[in-house]
Amino acid sequence: MMRVRADTTLCQGYGNCVVDADDVFDVDDDGMVVVLRETVSTEERARVEAAARSCPVAALSVSEEPPGADLG
Amino acid sequence: MSPTTVIVGGSVGGVRTAQALRGADYAGRVVLLVKEDRAPYDKPPLSKAVLAGAATLDDLTLLSPTEADRLGIELRLGTEAVALDAAAHEVVVAGGERIGYDNLVIATGAEARRPEWCPMPGVHVVRTAEDADALRADLDRGGPILVVGAGFIGAEVAATARTKGLPVTLVDPLPAPMSRVLSEEIGDHFADLHRRHGVTTRFGVAVQRLDSDGHGLRATLTDGTIVDAATVVVGIGAEPTVAWLASSGVRLDDGVVCDGQGRCEGVDDVFAVGDVARWWHPRHGERVRIEHWTNAAEQAVVVARALVGGGEGAPPHAPVEYVWSDQYDWKIQIAGRPGATGRHEMLGSVADNRFAVLFHDGEDLLTGLLTVNWPRATVAGRRALAQAGTRTELRSRLEGGGVPAQT
Repeated sequence: MMRVRADTTLCQGYGNCVVDADDVFDVDDDGMVVVLRETVSTEERARVEAAARSCPVAALSVSEEPPGADLG
Repeated sequence: MSPTTVIVGGSVGGVRTAQALRGADYAGRVVLLVKEDRAPYDKPPLSKAVLAGAATLDDLTLLSPTEADRLGIELRLGTEAVALDAAAHEVVVAGGERIGYDNLVIATGAEARRPEWCPMPGVHVVRTAEDADALRADLDRGGPILVVGAGFIGAEVAATARTKGLPVTLVDPLPAPMSRVLSEEIGDHFADLHRRHGVTTRFGVAVQRLDSDGHGLRATLTDGTIVDAATVVVGIGAEPTVAWLASSGVRLDDGVVCDGQGRCEGVDDVFAVGDVARWWHPRHGERVRIEHWTNAAEQAVVVARALVGGGEGAPPHAPVEYVWSDQYDWKIQIAGRPGATGRHEMLGSVADNRFAVLFHDGEDLLTGLLTVNWPRATVAGRRALAQAGTRTELRSRLEGGGVPAQT
């Protein structure tokens, strides 16, 4: 599994992530990113990473989920 | 022997191509030639956060030497390409060294257009980190500031200078800011925005001449008025960086002509990406060149795919244009092709600093979108534009979001 994180202190509401992967990202009424699914499968990795890379302010990351990690 | 891809240019198009090659498991060498001595950095904040002092140049790093090492990207800083020898498959760099390639990616971007009275001390353009550094130093010395050109760069500089409390005059030959792209009626809202924030606006006139008396600068406008300034900033557009390709065989036409996969005409094994690339856009039915961050990032993925051999039969690069600008308390986003035809309708309220303008073809087809402080509307609009959606559909979607149509 992969873990998706968004840094809301960086997000500027550009919305590129939503256009690329609207099943994982959304923006709220204030234009702030919302992560719809915090974990994605390994099969989805390339697509979700591409969406994360489309962020002009690098506010998004996709990383390996360590086994047994607490998802909060 | 493993193939070598040489990428010329270290802005977003070049860097993203290099990263996408590694992401696609490209097995060859990737060599990134960067003209500046500085590690690749991102450009959009140069006219905003960097000038305001809210970000340093270190905050803008696109590809650090450590990250380049990790990805196996050979980063060559301070290496300016001066010629292309396509027959020999070699790039000639300043100093005379020849760098061989199997595939070449032209990502040299665009450079600021300069009026005939530039360069002159105290006169700035904003394109590179060095430009932004020099302008910030002059802004820190105080005003008044004359900004020539009310497009994105000029408007952002004017907004930043006002935020610093400096007196600003903004001059543009157009009747209203961005009126060529957004129509005069919509452009007037941006003129009002500047005036509300204390900018002296002079639209419909140009700078005829600029003189320096050693202490300050004095601009004479085409209507005869005089504007004195400590610092002048020029934002009158950009031109593709192609001088180094003269006589290379690469077909040039306001940029490097390439196909939907980025493959250049006139030479073998050469691709183009980003601001410098001009290609046939299937939805628009014409060749386009787009100077937007998002286009460069998206086109880089297309070019990398073609380089690893996956471009066969792949759809051509056909993006919905998307660009943003931050001016005062307005987050401005533009998608598609708004057009100056005046065919548009407005949702939301300018007075509330939150609105969307839906541009259309005179019937119901959505052609472009402008939003202010409404990113959700932009996302919905970009999706609609990609699917040839109608303004009726988009309007009802946005009105469903609780913002009434303006009456």
